[in-house]
Amino acid sequence: MSNIRKAFENGKAFIPFITCGDPDLETTGKVVRAAVKNGADIIELGIPFSDPTAEGPVIQGANIRALAGGVTTDKIFDFVKELRNDVKIPLVFMTYANVVFSYGMDKFLSKCADVGIDGIILPDLPFEEKNEFQPTCDKYNVDLISLIAPTSEKRIAMIAKEAKGFIYVVSSLGVTGTRSEITTDIGSIVNVIRENTDVPCAVGFGISNPKQAQKMAGLSDGAIVGSAIIKIIEKDSENAAEAVGNYVREMKEAVKKA
Amino acid sequence: MSNKNGRFGIHGGQYIPETLMNAVIELEKAYNFYKNDPEFNKELKELFNEYAGRPSRLYYAEKLTKTLGGAKIYLKREDLNHTGSHKINNVLGQALLAKKMGKTRLIAETGAGQHGVATATAAALMNMECVVFMGEEDTKRQALNVYRMELLGAKVVPVTSGTATLKDAVSEAMREWTSRIDDTHYCLGSVMGPHPFPTIVRDFQAVISKEIKAQILEKENRLPDAVIACVGGGSNAMGSFYHFIEDKDVRLIGCEAAGRGIDTFETAATVNTGRVGIFHGMKSYFCQDKFGQIAPVYSISAGLDYPGIGPEHAHLHDIGRAEYVPVTDDEAVNAFEFLSRTEGIIPAIESAHAVAHAMKIAPNMDKDKIIVITISGRGDKDCAAIARYRGVDIYE
Repeated sequence: MSNIRKAFENGKAFIPFITCGDPDLETTGKVVRAAVKNGADIIELGIPFSDPTAEGPVIQGANIRALAGGVTTDKIFDFVKELRNDVKIPLVFMTYANVVFSYGMDKFLSKCADVGIDGIILPDLPFEEKNEFQPTCDKYNVDLISLIAPTSEKRIAMIAKEAKGFIYVVSSLGVTGTRSEITTDIGSIVNVIRENTDVPCAVGFGISNPKQAQKMAGLSDGAIVGSAIIKIIEKDSENAAEAVGNYVREMKEAVKKA
Repeated sequence: MSNKNGRFGIHGGQYIPETLMNAVIELEKAYNFYKNDPEFNKELKELFNEYAGRPSRLYYAEKLTKTLGGAKIYLKREDLNHTGSHKINNVLGQALLAKKMGKTRLIAETGAGQHGVATATAAALMNMECVVFMGEEDTKRQALNVYRMELLGAKVVPVTSGTATLKDAVSEAMREWTSRIDDTHYCLGSVMGPHPFPTIVRDFQAVISKEIKAQILEKENRLPDAVIACVGGGSNAMGSFYHFIEDKDVRLIGCEAAGRGIDTFETAATVNTGRVGIFHGMKSYFCQDKFGQIAPVYSISAGLDYPGIGPEHAHLHDIGRAEYVPVTDDEAVNAFEFLSRTEGIIPAIESAHAVAHAMKIAPNMDKDKIIVITISGRGDKDCAAIARYRGVDIYE
């Protein structure tokens, strides 16, 4: 069983997303450790991309700040290696297909295995294109995470059957970002997923407060939060670790109640 | 040319968020049905001929030919189409298709504004809502086109993310499409993006080469020796090349925007300076750094200021069937002025890149050789920018 799946064994999971190098890797390191200390079950580490087409303005901003600060894929590999001295929970990269393809797929994934990355999420790699990346991910034991969207309908079963690690259920149409309300029938999507696989599924996109997190985790196996955390870091990067730590604790408690 | 997964050799594909997958599958199904539907084709032909003014002229540029002193030069006058460029061909096709699919709203990206104007035009004609995404930088460079789109009833959204140019307008249109799919068709303006767009756009633009072939056979009783067109995403070039791909003796030449030169960072010459990558839904050549970050490209031409190229062009390059040559800002501006003075035809600055390359090769070709240059659009929109380039401070 993969480390990612094990992370779902202690009840509902809380999964924060953090863009590496926003505004610098030192801050990211402190924020990640604070999130781990306060109950995060898995961390999604964003490798910034110049043109993140699946992101809303908040995460776009984090990508721009990180790249402007000089972060690169190589620096992020070194950073994860250092993080692994004390961070033991699963770490998952979230980036765009070109970042992996351009680095060299084999080189990228072998480095993932070296530094201790457990999975990878590529939002611009749908089911139809995944076979280009899947064999290399398998070779290095890195879970290629599948996404299921509100529009997936008849595709859900097909995607779920081949899913590894966990399934990222996209809560809403559109791009990442906080939303006042999530109207998609997540329960029905999760039911179809469960008929086809026992791989856990977590809901992301639009979740910002404990109430939403509790509701979404109640319908699935966990909640993913990105933009709300990026906003905390953006507001006050000096004290981001403490603020994100408090936020993660509150969200994890909400998820536990689900 | 493409197989069923939308691949042209290694290029193409569908690298898009899961949220959009059913939308592109639905689009492909609809297109495969309507492309063979006699009623659809009759309606489209009527729009092409009666509304857009097709067929466009293949004009023998006698003065240009004599001034350059070499190959005989014909101009394919896409600038004479309604709305002033080749963009209308694709837009009428896609808007009609979207209408048949029950969509009521068109969204589009635009660089120079030509595709945005064409989309706004088709939306007005077909009673559809229209939203056009345009880089903020380009809304300044092409202020007149912004006004034209608004006049036609479209909403123009200035895009401030990234470099605020064409690539960012594409990203923003894609983001908008993921948030509203039910009633909305993304009317992509070039032979790029995820399958089936490169095929659909190429098929609607292929009318250009179909006409060139018939017209040149009528006028010269033989095929041309070279067909030259400018390439950003590559829709007018793909349309100009398509029916000649099997005619191996016809050289196909795409002219990329080199900006300040391919040895500088201020360039948009994708094939000449880029490498294979994955972006905007497709695998193709892209200008990018060693970590795969997309480069902030530059060209004087807002329409060619794009870091990628359509996947079928990438394939034609790989197999050596088409050549892709760089043309600098300076060369394009000279050609813009030269064609204006010799033939009384003001070409779009995009098309001037093709004219510039013809000016380089025509004098070295025998007088019995024939070149066809596609004038993809008219240059009225560029006059203020070219004046500024020459130090004349006029604003529209």
